[in-house]
Amino acid sequence: MLRTDRAFGLLLVAPALALVTALFLVPLGYSVVSAFTTPDGLGLGNFVKAFELYSGDVVYTIFIVVTSTVLTGLVATAIAGYLTMGETHWLVTGLAWLYRWPLFIPFIVAAQCMRTFLAKNGLANNTLVAFGLIEAADTVSLLDWRGVIITFVWKQAPFVALLLAGAMASIDRATIEAARNLGAGRLRCLIEIVLPQVMPTLMVGLILSFVTMLSVLSVPLMVAGSQPTMLTVDMAFRINAYGDYPVANALGVVSYLMTAIVAWFYLRYAVRERGVA
Amino acid sequence: MTRTLAGATLKVTLLVLLAFAIIGPLANLVLWSFAERWYFPFKLPVTWGVRYWEVVFRPTGVAMASLATSISIALLTVTVALAVSIPAGYALARLRLPFRALIMIVFLLPQAFPGVAIYINVARIFYGLGLTGTIAGVVIVHAAHALVYSVWITSAAFAAVDRDLEFAARNIGASPGWTFFTVTLPLAAPGIIASAIFVFLESLDEFTGTFFVGVPNVSTLPLLLYSASMGGNYQIASITALILLVPSILFMLFVERFLKADVLSKIGR
Repeated sequence: MLRTDRAFGLLLVAPALALVTALFLVPLGYSVVSAFTTPDGLGLGNFVKAFELYSGDVVYTIFIVVTSTVLTGLVATAIAGYLTMGETHWLVTGLAWLYRWPLFIPFIVAAQCMRTFLAKNGLANNTLVAFGLIEAADTVSLLDWRGVIITFVWKQAPFVALLLAGAMASIDRATIEAARNLGAGRLRCLIEIVLPQVMPTLMVGLILSFVTMLSVLSVPLMVAGSQPTMLTVDMAFRINAYGDYPVANALGVVSYLMTAIVAWFYLRYAVRERGVA
Repeated sequence: MTRTLAGATLKVTLLVLLAFAIIGPLANLVLWSFAERWYFPFKLPVTWGVRYWEVVFRPTGVAMASLATSISIALLTVTVALAVSIPAGYALARLRLPFRALIMIVFLLPQAFPGVAIYINVARIFYGLGLTGTIAGVVIVHAAHALVYSVWITSAAFAAVDRDLEFAARNIGASPGWTFFTVTLPLAAPGIIASAIFVFLESLDEFTGTFFVGVPNVSTLPLLLYSASMGGNYQIASITALILLVPSILFMLFVERFLKADVLSKIGR
């Protein structure tokens, strides 16, 4: 009975697993094999070529993604922290209503918004000029690495803030009250009492954001110019312009490695946390 | 007194700045959609009008064709995803499965890897099979990517159904199949609908996969937005972006109706 039950269960899961295997696991294996296959057999030739052509973009990609992740963490902590510990009722309500908006906006729409908003003649510059904060002649287009980072933080900070606010709401408020009664300021309370308790949630949110930012093609394509650019754009260019799968796949493996390093840091952190507890 | 006044001013300023940072980019989108002519150094459109809205909503236009393609692809994606996820979700929630945790993780993987590197190889494999540039090809790419939502949420929905109700139906003589279709499935329906909405939106907003697999024949709204924007036609791009925003915002307002706390607490378990 138990045996047939198991077989029946596997039979029910099989179609879904087949879909993931055919459309994810097989292409993944294919990309790794292709990256290490050169005309002379297995080797690192494609990686050498990829680094000769794109080492600058590898550094640029790491810079963009790391900076955006750090800023996302800071903005999300500030928003969630104020939502949890803020004492001005109307400000908490206003913030709670406001911060969610970018959450469900597709990346491609966010990219189009920023493409107009951050341009030399965009609403951001024009508003600053209208309020006399800068001169019309001094406006600069932010459509480069700054625009990419702004778009990523705009899109991901609400997501991490939502996760964090949920986690902060469920921690024991007595510890916060005790620290406040002993005279600790709200900022100190947030950093020393609240943040350590929600660290696992913050880490998960930031890692998901990191991988998402590493995968998005539309934002670097639409918000920034062509040089330097992110690895996603280089891969697309390598394929569309040259049909050069080996080098594109070598760049793909580099992006898997970036994900793997972050995943490794997270696992080490998670194991250590569990070890202490 | 002055201190509280200064504090209040500071708070209002901060909230206004944040509102500008969040709403500003969206406002720029709306401005462009009603701008018939707008060029440097004018801070606002030179000529206002709805001409481009007429162009987009003209029944024979490119935009309406893309909208129809996008919606057909999204509906087919939901069908494919649910067809494989309902049995899988039921098995993961109710039956004894070997390697259950591993199977759950496998569905998460497509979201956890940088997508472009996968899609270029999917496109290459599809090329050999004659699937590039077909609706079917795009649908299965979208479905595979969205499986984490449909499998995880349907599994949580089945797990939240009270088992005693199933036992009661069995006790009064219902067959296992009859019990599933008349008791379990209707009770899990709100969660399954929620997962369908997730999959629908995921497909509607998907750009990267369609970009590599759909070319040159399949043009969805995100692809139309991209080509209009890169071609400098910001009006068409902005209106397309606004159309894509409608379902996202509706979803944000109504998701809590379908995704109840009892299901939410079981997702991913």
